[in-house]
Amino acid sequence: MAIVGRDLTKRFGSFTALDDVSIEVAAGSLTALLGPSGSGKSTLLRVIAGLERPETGTVELDGIDVSGHAAQKRGVGFVFQHYAAFKHMTVRENVSFGLKVRKRPRDEIRRRVDELLELVQLAGWSDHYPAQLSGGQRQRMALARALAVEPKVLLLDEPFGALDARVRKELRGWLRRLHDEMHVTTIFVTHDQEEAMEIADQIVLMNHGRVEQVGGPRELYEEPANEFVMSFVGPVNRFGESFVRPHDLELRIEPNGETTAGKVERIIHLGFEVRVELQLEDGRDCWAQVTREEAEQLELAPGGKIFVRPRREKIFQS
Amino acid sequence: MHRWVLRALGLSYLGVLLAAPVGLVFWRTFEHGVGPAWDAVTTPAAKHAFVVTITIAAIAVPANTIFGVICALAIVRRRFPGKGILNALVDLPLALSPVVVGLAFLLLYGRNGWFGSWLTEHGVQIVFALPGMILVTIFVSLPFVVREVVPVLHEIGTEQEQAAATLGASGFQTFRRVTLPAIRWAVGYGVVLTTARALGEFGAVSVVSGHVVGKTETMTLHVEESYQSFDYVGAYAASVVLALLAISTLLAMSLFKPKEEIR
Repeated sequence: MAIVGRDLTKRFGSFTALDDVSIEVAAGSLTALLGPSGSGKSTLLRVIAGLERPETGTVELDGIDVSGHAAQKRGVGFVFQHYAAFKHMTVRENVSFGLKVRKRPRDEIRRRVDELLELVQLAGWSDHYPAQLSGGQRQRMALARALAVEPKVLLLDEPFGALDARVRKELRGWLRRLHDEMHVTTIFVTHDQEEAMEIADQIVLMNHGRVEQVGGPRELYEEPANEFVMSFVGPVNRFGESFVRPHDLELRIEPNGETTAGKVERIIHLGFEVRVELQLEDGRDCWAQVTREEAEQLELAPGGKIFVRPRREKIFQS
Repeated sequence: MHRWVLRALGLSYLGVLLAAPVGLVFWRTFEHGVGPAWDAVTTPAAKHAFVVTITIAAIAVPANTIFGVICALAIVRRRFPGKGILNALVDLPLALSPVVVGLAFLLLYGRNGWFGSWLTEHGVQIVFALPGMILVTIFVSLPFVVREVVPVLHEIGTEQEQAAATLGASGFQTFRRVTLPAIRWAVGYGVVLTTARALGEFGAVSVVSGHVVGKTETMTLHVEESYQSFDYVGAYAASVVLALLAISTLLAMSLFKPKEEIR
């Protein structure tokens, strides 16, 4: 295991950001810390980096207990949501910072920085200042800066959170490819379940300072440990004790004994996907996700009668 | 119409309160040509006063710059008991009349003061000598660097410093390479204000100096002394020197400024 956190607790005044959290991250993996805001995911990342001191618990990097080490001594690369670019330095100076404070030979620094700028596609920008770059470029610069010192682990705190949707999507794919090339153990924090599912090998889902579930993207979606996980990683309909994903709700024109009658309230066309909002005969609202073809076969129309049956459902013991 | 009224108001306010008095000083100084003015500022007393003023500023300004930056860092970046008190104490020199400051130093270091007998026994003279004048000048010019730097430290936040730490920089390396460049204009402006205050201080210095001509007389005291003894040209000429010192401080600052500041 490249990163092990054990029994970590961190409080800010009366607020408990981390409540006895333990986490293991395999060497070379790409892990997402996922959760709503205030769930403790950023605090956990900062504790691993040594930027926050936990009240209890230990952090191990590559088998070495670094709990007593300051951030400076931990050898982690850290990327901040708002880039934390050194504003008075050029791109080249930013990226070479870590090597300069380590007093590496000048030739080596130049070579290494050139390589990294090439890698993050900023080769032509080395003499620009951060203020002259776009958000995406600044974040790539911050990533190059973190990678320059060859960190044992790379920690990214909502790295794409401040970027617009298009750049965010682009950088996601790029980060995944970069990780596949470099194999640096990486943890990134996100509140976006789609982002986590798209690029992570392993997702650690947090809520209220605790880990709710750890697993691959598919595992979390198919076998959620509890109600929170189920509703956080995807849309869900609730029928009393049971939870049904909208795509697991079967719609029929005729009843078949297991179905419940309902009425189509509204139909939303989203290209391939069609969302059907329904009201069941007992007055409950729900929605189903069907393909365009299915919608056509069912001849759906607002106000029309429809019969509903869950294909798969989840019931959690509480 | 509106614009003209505002403009006229602004200009006449500045004219009556700033330009006219300063202009008058210059005019009175050179009323009889450059010769008498030059003679007036090159008397042994005037030259000595000039040296005393510069000496005091040369010690008080660096002291308050270093302390001011450290103090601002402590106020913004650290949590410790008594921080509120420190923050309030820094403003004390702004609120307290300089004369009171001078008296306080007399009470502390004067012959009958708390440390007076101890100091006399050990042959150290603080009051009615240069050390006392330096101390009170440090006191009255203390808040400026702190007050300039604190808001900038708040504004730049801690992320850049944290980034430097994760990249392996020590506390001092982070300060020198990241924090200091980010606050340098605030420090510079604080230095200008501190210098201006140190050069112009009168009340506190007047109390602790003892007015020994050619010994413990600063430029400001020299101006007053000349005026009291009806040496108007001497008083005006020394005032002009003070004004020129202030102007050159401002000029020096703008020279250090790089041509293009990228934010």
